[in-house]
Amino acid sequence: MSTSVIDYSIEPPSVTGNPSAVSIDHSVSAPLDRKPSRGWWIGISITGTMLAIGIGCISWLFWKGTGVWGVNQPVGWGFAIVNFVFWVGIGHAGTLISAILFLLRQRWRTGIARFAEAMTIFAVICALIFPLIHTGRPWLAAVYLLPYPNQHGVWVNFTSPLLWDVFAVSTYFTVSFVFWYVGLIPDFATLRDHTASKVKKVIYSTLSLGWRHSNRHWQHYEKAYLILAGFSTPLVLSVHTIVSFDFAVSVIPGWHTTIFPPYFVAGAVFSGFAMVQNVLIVTRRFFNLEHIITVDHLDNMNKVILLTGSMVGYAYGMEFFIAWYGGNPLESFVFLNRAMGPYAWAYWTMVTCNVVLPQLFWFRKIRRNIVVMFILGITVNIGMWFERFVIVVTSLSRDFLPSSWHHYAPTLNDIGVLIGSFGLFFTLVLLFVRVLPVVSISEVKATLPGGQPNHH
Amino acid sequence: MDKKILYSITALFDTPDGIIHAAEEVRRAGYKKYDVHTPYPMHGMNDAMDLKDSKLGFITLAAGLLGGAGIFGFVTWVFVKDYPNVIGGKPYFSWPAFVPITFEITVLSAVLVTVGALIAFFFKFPNNSHPLHDTLYMKSVSSDKFGISIQADDPMFDEEKATALLQTLHAQSVQPVYYDEEELTRSWSTFDPKFLLLLAGVAIIVSGATYVTMNILLYLPPFDWMSNQNKFKPQSTTEQYSDLRMMRPSVEGTVARGFMPYPYHGNPDAAGKNLVNPLPASKGVIEIGRTKFLTFCSPCHGNFARGDSRLRGQFPNPPTLHSDKVRNWPDGNIYHVITEGQNIMPSYASQITRDERWAIVHYVRTLQRAFNAKESDQQ
Repeated sequence: MSTSVIDYSIEPPSVTGNPSAVSIDHSVSAPLDRKPSRGWWIGISITGTMLAIGIGCISWLFWKGTGVWGVNQPVGWGFAIVNFVFWVGIGHAGTLISAILFLLRQRWRTGIARFAEAMTIFAVICALIFPLIHTGRPWLAAVYLLPYPNQHGVWVNFTSPLLWDVFAVSTYFTVSFVFWYVGLIPDFATLRDHTASKVKKVIYSTLSLGWRHSNRHWQHYEKAYLILAGFSTPLVLSVHTIVSFDFAVSVIPGWHTTIFPPYFVAGAVFSGFAMVQNVLIVTRRFFNLEHIITVDHLDNMNKVILLTGSMVGYAYGMEFFIAWYGGNPLESFVFLNRAMGPYAWAYWTMVTCNVVLPQLFWFRKIRRNIVVMFILGITVNIGMWFERFVIVVTSLSRDFLPSSWHHYAPTLNDIGVLIGSFGLFFTLVLLFVRVLPVVSISEVKATLPGGQPNHH
Repeated sequence: MDKKILYSITALFDTPDGIIHAAEEVRRAGYKKYDVHTPYPMHGMNDAMDLKDSKLGFITLAAGLLGGAGIFGFVTWVFVKDYPNVIGGKPYFSWPAFVPITFEITVLSAVLVTVGALIAFFFKFPNNSHPLHDTLYMKSVSSDKFGISIQADDPMFDEEKATALLQTLHAQSVQPVYYDEEELTRSWSTFDPKFLLLLAGVAIIVSGATYVTMNILLYLPPFDWMSNQNKFKPQSTTEQYSDLRMMRPSVEGTVARGFMPYPYHGNPDAAGKNLVNPLPASKGVIEIGRTKFLTFCSPCHGNFARGDSRLRGQFPNPPTLHSDKVRNWPDGNIYHVITEGQNIMPSYASQITRDERWAIVHYVRTLQRAFNAKESDQQ
């Protein structure tokens, strides 16, 4: 065993193997130019089947109504809200990587930012499905979600957290999409000049809008990117804050707490990083991008997972402390009920996956071991899904009036829709890796050794 | 293709230092219309080209402030002026609850306007017909080379001098770029038949899809299950009852809660003797009486109850209410006639409530007094 000391004052290079700019073009565009591999077809047939299950379940839901779900009084918020909060949380890592790490000048973000942003968009699409379908008749949803002048002369309630949610999540989706597209413009231009196919050339030309890599444009472009990053940062914090308001503004014991906004944001980053880490591990392996998405990047991501996981663990502890310190018997009952009641199995799954297991990332060897970190990433997401389940279901199933207590259990349809959302997410990811550059070509080139002038 | 029009002289460089040096030299030589093309933004290039700071931030600031102020003002207007509603015992102008929406819309408008302005005004995109497109030069700077291009429309441009300047900078290659003949001669007309056909096609598809959605799709199951519910509606028919009516008539002798049946049925004298107008002859009551009189009574009795029907003889004229007979009736008699009808006048009991009938009685008395005023009234 070597006893060499690692010098952490030196930033590791953001790419390894000293690739040239041309080879970056080739590495990134290779998956777009060749026919899909067998592994890809197998993957998309699995995710496509999951998606089909979800579409079938949602069609049945529309036909029969929300009675096909396990929700009933008093648990009116079941899987749909759990899944919504879960998917919105997954999306947050993408914005964090692309915006916050950009503002913090973290060069290691360049290799993973594009992928993380795409996952943000896909996760928000998955999330948006749930509030829409939980209305039962989503084709009428626009009527009561959007403020428009109508014959009744009424407006939506702008002071309701549920409406804040509509504005926050749709703004988040729009801004993430714009941010992503602006980042893609120079890459589309590079692909336009790189491709040999005429059809692709037309598509890439259209999408590139005619980008010419002109420095007079780069000057404004960089300004715009900085502005977008500056806006995305408070935006991403606001989105999960507002999602947590859906709970915190109500008066249900276990929800009515001021710790919810920071706790939700930390949890969102936590689960999102785990998801990005998982998908990146598979992508870099299949598309030979190990030199662009390096182990150092994954190591850094695991550090963020460790940090946010510990923050989430602190929040769990603090909730118990306040339940005792606040002296409210309903509040203390809810938390004892979480840890020892009928959903104790879910609670302890959550604690194990979110607080205990990520502590393994204190060890550098584990942070750099692909197999172990992949498994830990999966457990983090299982834990974070259960966290939302515990919050939504335990508080509702045993609220103020013991005579109306009710045990919530999902139906097959609930589970089918959840499977379908994973199917949609991974189908979109698989399509994305086939048709768009998964790594930001221009940003990686800018961080190559010798890519910038020596200052004289 | 005999005479090509020159767009610019371009030069390619291999290293970042080379292109920075080249940009500085070209600027020092006094050129204004030149541009540098690099596959990624180059540190220090803005100084080398002596570019002023981007003004984009001001647009963002203006758009964000306008969007934020606009939505805050709109929500305030909704809650204070247009549809005031007490929510949770808070004041109408409970501004802390307006903050989340204001924040989101500020971000949204700032971002969309910034990117829109960036693309449309700062880049003048989309533009896929620039002379540099599809050149070897563009393909090189798209990948790993760094290029500089001195445009022919610069006032001090001279083809040989520019070429010589770039060659002294140790460029990898120096090439002229010409306008594309096809792009220069191509002209677009708004009234091009193909374009008009396209517009018409888009219009037909959009309106057709809208029509199908709004008029057909939304009336197919399951989308119509809000309006077609599995239940009987009041005016519908059913085979279940012999009279086919879904809405059942009330059982004989049913009395509505809080209402006594009219006790003087067919007995106007008793009504006149026993009933007393319970309402005061106040301005408000008379006003209600006037409204109801004009609605229900005036078509036959005339606006001033003079029996001058507006039906102009198509219907037997009713009597005037200013006759001695009616003037001497007690209030109860008039009430009785409204309630039960008289001769061919039907009962108005189902149209006019009891209080309204008494108000009408007051109004009729008012009219009678106006048309037969006493000496004392006129002073």
